[in-house]
Order: sequence, then structure tokens, then C-alpha cells
Amino acid sequence: MFDLKNKTFRAGAVITLVMLLIITVGVFWTPYDPNAMDAAGKMAAPGPRHLFGTDNFGRDIFSRVVQGAGATFFIALCSVSIGLAAGLLVGGLTGYYGGWVDELLMRLNDTLTAFPSLLLTLVLIAVFQGGKYNIILALGVLFIPTFARIVRMEVARQKALDYVANARLMGVGDMRILFVHIMPNIWPVLLSAVAIGFNNAVLAEASMSYLGLGVQPPDPSLGRMLNEAQGYLLRAPWYALSAGAAIILLVLGFGLLSEGLGGDGRA
Amino acid sequence: MKKRILSLVLAVLMTAALCGCGGGKSEPAQPTATPEGSAGEKLTGGEITVGIAADLDTSLDPHASSSSAGTREVLFNIFEGLMKPDANGNLIPAIAEDYTVNEAADAYTYTLRQGVRFHNGKTVTVGDVVYSLTRAAGLETGEPLMTELKGVASVEAPDDRTIVVRLKAPDAEFNAYMYAAVIPEGNDPAAEVVGTGPFRFVSRAPQENVVLEKFADYWGEGAIADKVTLKVIPDPQTLVLSLRSGAVDMTNHLTGSQIADLEGLTLIEGGSNIIQALYLNNDFEPFRDVRVRQALCYAIDRQAVIDLASEGHGTPLGSSMIPAIEKYNVPELLELYKPDPEKAKALLKEAGVEKLRFSITVPSSYPMHVDAAQVIVEQLRAVGIEAEIKLVEWAAWYDEVYKGRKFEATVVGMDTHSLAASGCLARFQSENGKNFINFSDAEYDETYAKAMATVDEAEQTELFKRCETILAEKAANVYLQDPSSFAAMQTNIGGFRFYPALYVMDLATVYRMS
Repeated sequence: MFDLKNKTFRAGAVITLVMLLIITVGVFWTPYDPNAMDAAGKMAAPGPRHLFGTDNFGRDIFSRVVQGAGATFFIALCSVSIGLAAGLLVGGLTGYYGGWVDELLMRLNDTLTAFPSLLLTLVLIAVFQGGKYNIILALGVLFIPTFARIVRMEVARQKALDYVANARLMGVGDMRILFVHIMPNIWPVLLSAVAIGFNNAVLAEASMSYLGLGVQPPDPSLGRMLNEAQGYLLRAPWYALSAGAAIILLVLGFGLLSEGLGGDGRA
Repeated sequence: MKKRILSLVLAVLMTAALCGCGGGKSEPAQPTATPEGSAGEKLTGGEITVGIAADLDTSLDPHASSSSAGTREVLFNIFEGLMKPDANGNLIPAIAEDYTVNEAADAYTYTLRQGVRFHNGKTVTVGDVVYSLTRAAGLETGEPLMTELKGVASVEAPDDRTIVVRLKAPDAEFNAYMYAAVIPEGNDPAAEVVGTGPFRFVSRAPQENVVLEKFADYWGEGAIADKVTLKVIPDPQTLVLSLRSGAVDMTNHLTGSQIADLEGLTLIEGGSNIIQALYLNNDFEPFRDVRVRQALCYAIDRQAVIDLASEGHGTPLGSSMIPAIEKYNVPELLELYKPDPEKAKALLKEAGVEKLRFSITVPSSYPMHVDAAQVIVEQLRAVGIEAEIKLVEWAAWYDEVYKGRKFEATVVGMDTHSLAASGCLARFQSENGKNFINFSDAEYDETYAKAMATVDEAEQTELFKRCETILAEKAANVYLQDPSSFAAMQTNIGGFRFYPALYVMDLATVYRMS
């Protein structure tokens, strides 16, 4: 399943692992307090004291990027988990049993896919209000349809295969067939979808925080940093670049992983 | 798969492009001259392009109270009243030549200036003035268009050079409202824009531009430039870039952080006439105790807020009064709460508040207020107060905070519509509809009411000052600053002046230099 000779996969794995390492360290230690302000050291250029320079409040951008990436990663992880768990359940059951429930849910699914996801997120946030945990909830709910669709398609395909028929003839129960026999066989497809889902979650979180709906200031978040950096593009280009580069690396890592896994790059 | 790679490549390229914009510090078009403009000779005529952040209102009715600030300050160039403000903060006669006030301060008599012309060529008569003031004060409809004029009882013209305005009650400050525009009798400004100002309205393209032309028959000194184009550029970053590239000659209302990007341009600093503060809901449980509010005042260092959030460009405020109205300034109030974390902690302890936690609701579209809130959160953290920022859309802020009064604290800037003290102070009366912070103080109500009823100017000023002092002593809010506002222009543009009056952008004196 993991083809370590595949260069794309290896590149993705390296980038992702490095990012994860930095984020993990950032949870316990950052060079500076990411929220501490320093009036004397405003807008300092990148250098040995401040690796990525400082922002308009004199806060260390490197520390903020590390913690911001952590926040973004955490939100992405949680929302993808919600989407995946619910998607597995809905997709598995509808794919296995079919029938009118399947029809109904999939049409509902189609309807949801017809709306731009950013719009739907905004609607959900208008209902739940902004903030870190509500963003997780909103994004998680929005990821259910894509996962459900992929799982359903795969389950429906596997269901017709001989090994399932064998299992059934041997008197294995439906639930056991679904979760013990079929599920392991759809992991490869699912993994690549998860990686892409992760990408979408990172970007969605960044957009939401950029709009001021996600992580609330002064806590760092990559999207929020981009928003604040906007006013200082000319004077402190390193501000926007640091936050932007972190987003790109996160997305690039998972994108390469997904392609290395043989996904078609669509979710 | 291809598509995926392509989009990644695009993303990287876009970042590179951003880099390109940011990295190269391109020199502005005219690297010559010092801000004083010693370089060139003053030129008469020519065209000037002014960048404005928002399009003018659909209606250019000069009497409409609901007009946006941006519309009003442009209309200043097209319309005039009997009186008008000058650059030194005085009121000078405009369409009136002279005026007298009776002893009781309830009847104002104006003498019409001879030979003032409208943009359509007709001469201004007393009939035009009576029509205009009657319309603005809503004497026929009962609904004043200009709320400032609700005290007008009648407008009459005893002869063809005299206008008498009688008031329902004495008002020593009434002349300040006589900037009310004079328009031709029977004119509907929604259909045709005709005034007497140094510029006449030529055309507008919605969301694009507004064109003004010099009015040759102006009674006074008149405009220096021949034509002014106001170009609508809503994105602040684009506006700044347009200035740098020379696409616009000047713009107004830049913030301290925006001007830091501008080199090689002439900058003029003024106030923005707003009262930025951490407004506290005095009805929120912990804030009901005056000691808790005072603790916040001691915990917050307003100079640090100005330095960090406004790049040091702001006038510190000790109470609810814009600094432009000098006579009401009470400088001692700035000394009332020196930043003192220990005192803040002691006050909290005295009030029996173990752990103070509250949220600060901030409209996300105002980076200036969001930035100030971030600094405040850090300062409060130092004394163990946990404040949390809640960003909301402007509409949500208006509904929840301003109208609904469902908030704990908020950082915004309150503005005022006139240079009268009431604009800054009326809202803090217990029963006032605009008292969104639920401030309630018997002495304040009494002092304010007394001030409004006082005719003697000196005595009235003292009472208003007392009101400001009460607001500060009772720590109604944590007052921060009047942030500076900057006009920025190319170095070959001169003559722009800030007015202490509200809503004025005088373009008549602006000229181009060789």
C-alpha cells in the first residue's frame, strides 16, 4: 500500500513529517511567547534573533507560524476525523444496503455538492457562530458528503465481488462483512481521499480565519496572519510570506502524499 | 493528477509574484522635493485626481442627515450655507455677509451677500435661502431633514436682503448649524445638483468616479484647479499602491500604519475626530462595580496602545470628547489613571473579583480596532485579567452591541455629527437611546441637563467639562485615543489643509506645482 520507491510519495512523506515535527515541538516550546508584544522590536526583518522577523506588534513571526500551523493542523485533523467517521458510517451502510435510504441520502449529497463549499461553510458558521471549535464542527459536517460518496462507491463495488459472496455463504453477518471484510479493502482509496480532505481542511481553515471567523486574535493562525500581513505587504513582506509558505508546505506535503498513494487528486 | 500539479505550480507562482511586489522597493514617481513643496511654482488650473475609499451616496442631497462622512466632505466643495467653517475652526459668513443675534439667543438675523451665483447662473435671493432652510428644518413636513435644525421655529425674509431665523428655545451654538446648504428655490437635489460652492458637479459613474469642475462665477476666491476627479478605490492596499504609482494625486484618511509604506510623498497629519475606547457594558455583572472599571483603566496603558496599534499616531484621550473642539478639553483627565498594574490588582481584590474574564467584541472590518483590542488583551493578561476577542461583522456588531446592548466590552470609535459638545456627551445620559454602554449616573444626568439649559457660554463650557470629568472618574469606559488621519499627496501637489470642523475636504485651495 505504501510504495516507498515512489518519489512523489517520499517527497510528500518527508515534507509532512518535517512539518509535523515542527508543529509537535511548537506545542511544547517556541523561541518566544507567540503573543508577547515588543514595541521596540516592531517589523524587524528576518535575522538571527527572529528567524522570520517580527510583525507590527513586535511579535516573533516564527513562533506564531509554528503555533498557527499547529492550530490549523489541529482544526484540519479534527474536522477530517468527524467527516471520515460519519462518512464511513453513512457511506458504508448506504453502499451495502442500497434501497430508498441510499437514493435519498445520495440525492441530498448531490444537492450539497452543488453549492460552493465556502458558501456552505459561511452559512454553517452564521448558524453556529465563529470560533475554533465551531469551525471544526462546521468543516467536519461539510466533509461528510465527500467521504460518504467515496465510501459508498467502493462498498457498492466490493459488495459484488466473490469474497463477499463467499463470506455471506459461510453465514457471516452483515455488519461483520461490512466492517471486517470490506473496509480493509477500501483503505487505499480512502487514504488518498483523506490526504486531499486534509488539504481542503487546511485551506478552508485558513480562509475562515482570514475572514476573521476561525481562530480569534491574538491567538495565532495562518489565515489570520495572512489577513494581518495584508496591510504590511510592502513594508514587511516576510510576514505574509512566512504564513503563506507554511500553508503551501502543509498543502504540498499532503498533496504529494495523496498522489503517491495513487489517488486521482479529487475529493 | 495533472490538474493537481498545475494548481500547485500556480500557487507557488502566485506567492512568487507576491514576493516580487513586496521585495523590490520601487521608488515613487517623483523623488524630488521636501514636504513643504519648495520645488515648484504654484500653477493655476490643471486637473487633480483624488482617491476616495467609498463611492458617494446615491443621493447627493446636502440636507440629508444620513449622508456618509465621505459624501459630506465632498459636498462641502459644491454647497455652501449662510455660514461656513474655515481652516482655523472659526465660522465665517458665506452666503450671508453678516449676522446678528438677539439678547436671548433665540433669533438670528442674516444679511444676504450681494451677487452670489448658483452653478446654473442665477443669483441667490432671500427666497432661495428661505426655501432651503424651510426644507432642511422640515418646517412644512414636520420632519427635519437635518436633525441639527429641529430647534428652528420659523424662517422669514422681511426684505430682499434679510433673513430672520427664530428658534423654539435659546441656543448659543446655533450658528454652527448654519452650514445648511442653500439651493435654488424649488430645486430637488436628487434630480439636479446645484449649489454655490467653488466647484460644480459635472458627472458621476457609480463605483468609479465623480467629476467636479471649477465654478468660474464663484463669489469668493474660488478654486485653483480647473477640474477634480474623485476616483473610487475601495481596497486600502490598492489605494496606497495607486498613490505610489502616481495614478492618483492625493487621498485623505490614511491610517498611521498605511502611511508607513509611503515614501517620497507629502503627508499631512490630522485627527479623525473619533473617540476610540474600550467601551464597557456597565450592566455586565463585574463592570457594575466602579472599582472593576477603574482597575481596567489602570491596567491599560493607552500610550502603548497608540504606539503598537497606531504606530504612535494618535492623540490620547481621557474622556469622551474629540480633541478638535479645543474649548472642551480637560487635559488633567489624562493623568487620572497612570498605568499601574499593582493598583489594578488591588482594586480588583477590593471589589472581590477573583478572576476577571470577559469578551471584547470587535467589528472585524476595522483593523485599527482589532489591533487595539489585541494590545489590550496582552496588557490585561499582565494583571491576570482574561479577555477574549470576538470578531464580528459590522452588521452583527451594530445589532448585538449597539442596538441590542448584548456585549461585555467592545473596542470601536464613536464619532459625532457636529462640533457641539452634545455630539460626544448626550449618549451617556441614563435614558438616552444611544447609551449602549448602559452608563447610569444621577450627577451626570443632572449636570448634562443643566449644561444644555445654560445660555452663558463660559458657564456652559464648565458644565460640559464637569460631565467629561464624571465620565472619567466613574470609568464609564477605558478611553484610548483619537487616531491620526493622514492626507497623502504627490510632492507636486500643494495647498491642502485640514479643517478642525467635521466632514470637510476643501479642494478649492489644492494646486499643482511645476
